[in-house]
Amino acid sequence: MAAAIVEARGLHKHFGALHVLKGVDLDVAERELVFVIGPSGSGKSTLLRCLNRLEEPSAGSIMVDGINLLDPRTDINHARQRIGMVFQSFNLYPHMTALGNVTLALRKVAGKSRGEADAIGRQALERVGLGDRAGHTPGQLSGGQQQRVAIARSIALEPRVMLFDEPTSALDPELVGSVLGVMRDLRDSGMTMVVVSHEMGFARNAADRVLFMDEGVVVEQGPPAAIFENPSHDRTRAFISQIQRH
Amino acid sequence: MSKWEKFLDTFFNARVMEKYLPDILSGVLVTIELAVLIVISGLVAGLALALVRSLGLRPLNWLIIFVVDLFRSLPPLVIIVLMYFGLPAADVSPSGFVSTWISLALVLMSFSEEIFWAGITSIPKGQWEAARSTGLSFGQTLINVILPQALRLTIPPLTNRTIAITKGTALGTVVAVTEILGQASSAVSNSYNPSPLMMGAAAYIVLFLPVVVIGRWIETKFAWKR
Repeated sequence: MAAAIVEARGLHKHFGALHVLKGVDLDVAERELVFVIGPSGSGKSTLLRCLNRLEEPSAGSIMVDGINLLDPRTDINHARQRIGMVFQSFNLYPHMTALGNVTLALRKVAGKSRGEADAIGRQALERVGLGDRAGHTPGQLSGGQQQRVAIARSIALEPRVMLFDEPTSALDPELVGSVLGVMRDLRDSGMTMVVVSHEMGFARNAADRVLFMDEGVVVEQGPPAAIFENPSHDRTRAFISQIQRH
Repeated sequence: MSKWEKFLDTFFNARVMEKYLPDILSGVLVTIELAVLIVISGLVAGLALALVRSLGLRPLNWLIIFVVDLFRSLPPLVIIVLMYFGLPAADVSPSGFVSTWISLALVLMSFSEEIFWAGITSIPKGQWEAARSTGLSFGQTLINVILPQALRLTIPPLTNRTIAITKGTALGTVVAVTEILGQASSAVSNSYNPSPLMMGAAAYIVLFLPVVVIGRWIETKFAWKR
């Protein structure tokens, strides 16, 4: 097995009295696509957000690409360049063009000159099929295009792992395909990915491993076929039959 | 003399106006000096306070909120008078000009801090998260992502408040500042004719109308394509 890019151990997260993560372990190997499913409130988004410390875990340890994320001596801003994140609501900067969105961190964090950053940024936009939209502001783009710009913003920094937090949930059904297409290309290029999503079709044919979470714990995990066709837990079975009913 | 001629002779007396024009003009100059000082120092201080407040340090924020609420609730005239007549008791004797400047700058600082703060907090949390997730620091995110959006939202209320407070320079008359209103009222007493007051009113319009227009121009300039 390839080296682990992400190694999370015993993650706990409390929001006040709410215990959202109750001891979660997660290993993600290089080039692996791990798909996280589970009912809402199961802690899957919180788990993802802990992996780049947008949420501070209450307990546990996280290693990403050999960096101890929870060590106070770790430069979190430096580490976050290696961890791309794509959000449900895109979160593009509305006052900047698509290219501006993609190049901001390249210039401010990676220390590239404007010329270098623009070249890398255009390449990233090319990769998500939006090379001709570099000068458009988010308001001039469809939801699917906005999400692809958000993906370009992440991949431009050449992350070692990318986290997707329900990347297609805010999209009209006809726009989902374009975003999933970009994610599939990324996967084929060998990007390590952790995806929280309800796109079961995508999970079935693109994921290496599916993780089912409920009430803050990983109930079971395995290859997509095993989880979808032959789950060993009742809760997994109930969730999957519910999802597939419509 | 008809009623109309009488009116003109009283309020727009050419002879009086000519005589006191230099005084009014020197008043305009003082008002401009005061206004520029108040606007610059008040807005800079207000923005600085809002930025400090965004750091989220509890005791410091309580202090900021206390100061800001205090200066927003006191009438500006009271602050000017307290500073001019009260501070000498503490062996500091600011001139009328300085008292008016500092007082109104403090008031503008307080109102603008609240406006800047409202702008900053109105930017969705997702903007912070997206920027931080690409490795931008708190400060870089604030300056490159949050402020440009927040400032755009704050321009209309900020323009209104700035004009309202800057007009308060007229309050300087009570502490003998020779700004427009001060010059106009002494001219009225000396000439027994209210025409200088009309000149003063005209001067305020000439002075503040461009500010309103500039505010509107900035608003359109800062608007981005949606």
